[in-house]
Amino acid sequence: MAALSRPSDHIDSRPQTPQAGVVQPKLGVTGWLRWFWRQLTSMRTALFLLLMLAIASIPGSLVPQRTSDPNGVTQYFSDHPDLAPILDKLQAFDVYTSAWFSSIYLLLFISLIGCVIPRTKHHFQALRAKPPTTPARLARLSGFTTRDAPAQTDAATAITHARTVLKSSGYRVARFDSDTESSVSAERGYLRETGNLVFHAALVGVLVTVGFGGGYGFAGQRVLVEGQTFVNTLLAYDSFNPGRFFDDTTLDPYTLSLDDFSVSYEQRNLQAYGQPIDFTADVTVTPKGETSEPGVVKVNGPLRTNGTNIYLLGNGYAPTITVTAPDGTVVFSDSVPFLPQDANLTSLGIVKVPDGLAEQLGMIGFFYPTQDKMDTGANFSSYPDLEYPLLTLNVYTGDLGLDDGVPTSVYALTTDDLTQQTGGTTGVDSIELKPGASAELPNGLGAVSFVDTNPTASATGDFTQSVPRFASFDIHHDPTQIWLISFSALVLFGLFTGLLVPRRRVWVKATTRADGSVHLEYAGLARGDDPALEAAVTAVADRHLKLLKTHQPAVATPESPPKR
Amino acid sequence: MNLTDPALLNSYSLYALYSAMAVYALAFIAFAVDLARRSSAVDAIEAADLVEADAAPAAGAAPAGAAASAGSTRVVERPALKHPVLSRISARMDNDAALPYGRSSSLRVGVALTVLAWALHLAATIMRGFAADRVPWANMYEFAMTGTLLIMTVFLIVLIRSDLRFLGTFVTGLVLVLLGVAALQFYVEVAPLPPALQSAWLVIHVFVASLATGMFALGFALSTVQLLQFRRENHVLEGAAAPRGAVASALRLRFLATLPSSATLENLAYRINIIGFILWTFTLMAGSIWAEQAWGRYWGWDTKEVWTFIIWVIYAGYIHARATRGWRGSRSAWLAIIGFAAVMFNFGIVNVFFKGLHAYSGL
Ligand code: HEM
Repeated sequence: MAALSRPSDHIDSRPQTPQAGVVQPKLGVTGWLRWFWRQLTSMRTALFLLLMLAIASIPGSLVPQRTSDPNGVTQYFSDHPDLAPILDKLQAFDVYTSAWFSSIYLLLFISLIGCVIPRTKHHFQALRAKPPTTPARLARLSGFTTRDAPAQTDAATAITHARTVLKSSGYRVARFDSDTESSVSAERGYLRETGNLVFHAALVGVLVTVGFGGGYGFAGQRVLVEGQTFVNTLLAYDSFNPGRFFDDTTLDPYTLSLDDFSVSYEQRNLQAYGQPIDFTADVTVTPKGETSEPGVVKVNGPLRTNGTNIYLLGNGYAPTITVTAPDGTVVFSDSVPFLPQDANLTSLGIVKVPDGLAEQLGMIGFFYPTQDKMDTGANFSSYPDLEYPLLTLNVYTGDLGLDDGVPTSVYALTTDDLTQQTGGTTGVDSIELKPGASAELPNGLGAVSFVDTNPTASATGDFTQSVPRFASFDIHHDPTQIWLISFSALVLFGLFTGLLVPRRRVWVKATTRADGSVHLEYAGLARGDDPALEAAVTAVADRHLKLLKTHQPAVATPESPPKR
Repeated sequence: MNLTDPALLNSYSLYALYSAMAVYALAFIAFAVDLARRSSAVDAIEAADLVEADAAPAAGAAPAGAAASAGSTRVVERPALKHPVLSRISARMDNDAALPYGRSSSLRVGVALTVLAWALHLAATIMRGFAADRVPWANMYEFAMTGTLLIMTVFLIVLIRSDLRFLGTFVTGLVLVLLGVAALQFYVEVAPLPPALQSAWLVIHVFVASLATGMFALGFALSTVQLLQFRRENHVLEGAAAPRGAVASALRLRFLATLPSSATLENLAYRINIIGFILWTFTLMAGSIWAEQAWGRYWGWDTKEVWTFIIWVIYAGYIHARATRGWRGSRSAWLAIIGFAAVMFNFGIVNVFFKGLHAYSGL
């Protein structure tokens, strides 16, 4: 299988280290270090570590990961209370940042660097070296073929032309002449090794960029209801995760307004009726001290502005709810984002009214954009758009738990210290509201209303404008993306050239026979996988002969017919 | 037919797909018949060899070197079976079968049927695309349909350059099984693209992934045959001294003698797998570019991303194995086989049963 083996100057060809260990029984500290380094940077270790890396990646697909699926992890803990803590000790929920996974890839990359540096040195030398002397017997090499030079062409001239042919095909050439024969030795495809080295080096680039890149940026989330505006400052984010090296003061305080959020649903194809086919957020961006510019954010189309990327990651309805005290003072009025629970956008939202009423008030609301009733009497939504919207509210009173100083989610209501007043087992029906309607709160607490944002249209039965929508945006800043894409391009380039450029040697030898005629021999040697070698040698021979014929002295006499 | 009615177009697509499957099945039979014929041809030659060996005991001394062309019992001297180590240094890729095998009518019928089935398959896929008014690879059913079409396309294109017709049973068989599962388990009605999939990257990323899968499938088949062939060659080498009949009965898959040597198969598998690997690398990169646009991060170790990465690493291991002492040959072939198993796992199991963002199975 020497056919497709790598060039003999390849790294794997140096003496195997275990033998070195056997030959020298006494190794000093440096000897051992050296031995260890050799082991680490050997092809065998690289292969072993690669396979380990593949195996070590598997658990992360079997067990939910904190980074990609935090709710799944919580769920896993409650489903497997005994197993989960053990798995957690093994870092099974953080596989890709775990000590064991990291040590594998770090060792792999140390090995890679240790492997690539000497090869790079070696390659630089090879790039400057002359092709080696022509072997004595070409017949044993691949693609061996012979030709007879046209009459009156001497060996030296034939080789001069061969040199031209090879050089014009991108070969590096060296010429050897003796009394009886002339030859040219040629090599090409150094790009193969260059590509391989670029590939490996670029992998290091990718790793380093991914490893440190996140540290220089930030990722924040913000929910905006139609008509709302957000200023790119730390406090305006619903959540904000800065990288380790990120400086908050560098945030560029532009404003982003959500002017309109439009959705379209499939209506013609009954198989997919109601499937969303487009989400578009029309926004206005105003950089500090500059004029506003309109922009669009779509699911696959982030808006890149002011050094940040704005992604559209979620959307839903934000019913406008007003709560008034018995004396008519408005104690709560807001468009509350309701989180979608199913494909038809049955949505769940929470209203908390800590002040202004006789008791603290909490409400768990369900919103049905197109309300329908099951046989059991339960509500559900049968279509995601606003055809027949209905809001239902279960009312709780008591202690909302907001005063304990513990941060609480706006999307959850802790009912431990609350008394349910409507819905469930209370015997009192939940409050049900159509847009524009109001209802009394239990215990004479006050009243709640569901504001219709477009009563005129609703009056004609068109509810599509009655409830505002919200969009949830992820806003990211990652200054290293450009690096990452550049290294990736280098990886691809290196791969293409490292795997597909043939590296080969070709020799042409001209020998003068006793009768004065010149015998030409051609042969090649593959250095790495090279399926086209033989064809290439033949092509060189053909081109060479053609060139010789055109340069044949005009007085050529057809004395010796070509013989084999 | 009314080409503007999606439902009608989709039902034509289904007809075409089922017809394609029927024709693939016929092609499969033709290829299987060919393998059986190869086996009996090998039997015939070896029986003739035995007769010859009885007549002239000297010939029995170098049985591995004696071979004949199928269809005739003329025994010609050929070089001894090439042990990988002794193999020539050239990169020639001719069919260096131990027993060259002549023209075969069932083989030609198999290829003709495959081309016909492929045309029907292509028509089915195109009609599905027109019915849905977008690229036909947006859910598992369509992905299976396009993916198998590409496996077949890659096979047919490679056939132009190298005679790999002996893989016909494998390729038609694989495609049949995948199409069967797709049509019975994954079928979904035409639906518009959800916003998450509306991207130019769907076209590029998924298409290139399917193309890579086509390459890996062929590489897998070649590596499998390589392992079998290697086993046979070892038997022959070991059995060279033993009586001929013992060797023959120890080998089940006699048609292997008519296929290229394990070294040739290994080189072919390598060439096809490296193309697959380059395409897979591109798939991985295109995927992260798309993920960045759709989800705001280019890499998040989502289950599908994990498996794409695992596959990439396995094939990187395969390429390394080919350059590592002691790993050339059978060991590296096993890596290619494991790699393709992971590809199939990623498609068939991860898509359907694993939780993740890539919920595009449409089921
Ligand atoms: C992150 C880890 C690594 C990956 C993903 C990787 C991947 C690859 C790939 C895809 C190739 C073929 C591409 C080409 O030739 O341009 C390759 C070739 C090669 N790699 Fe690596 N490699 C890694 C680490 C290493 C290490 C640590 C070593 C040294 C011990 C090494 C040595 C080589 C050599 C010598 C080749 C040439 C093989 C040949 O010509 O057949 N690689 N590697």
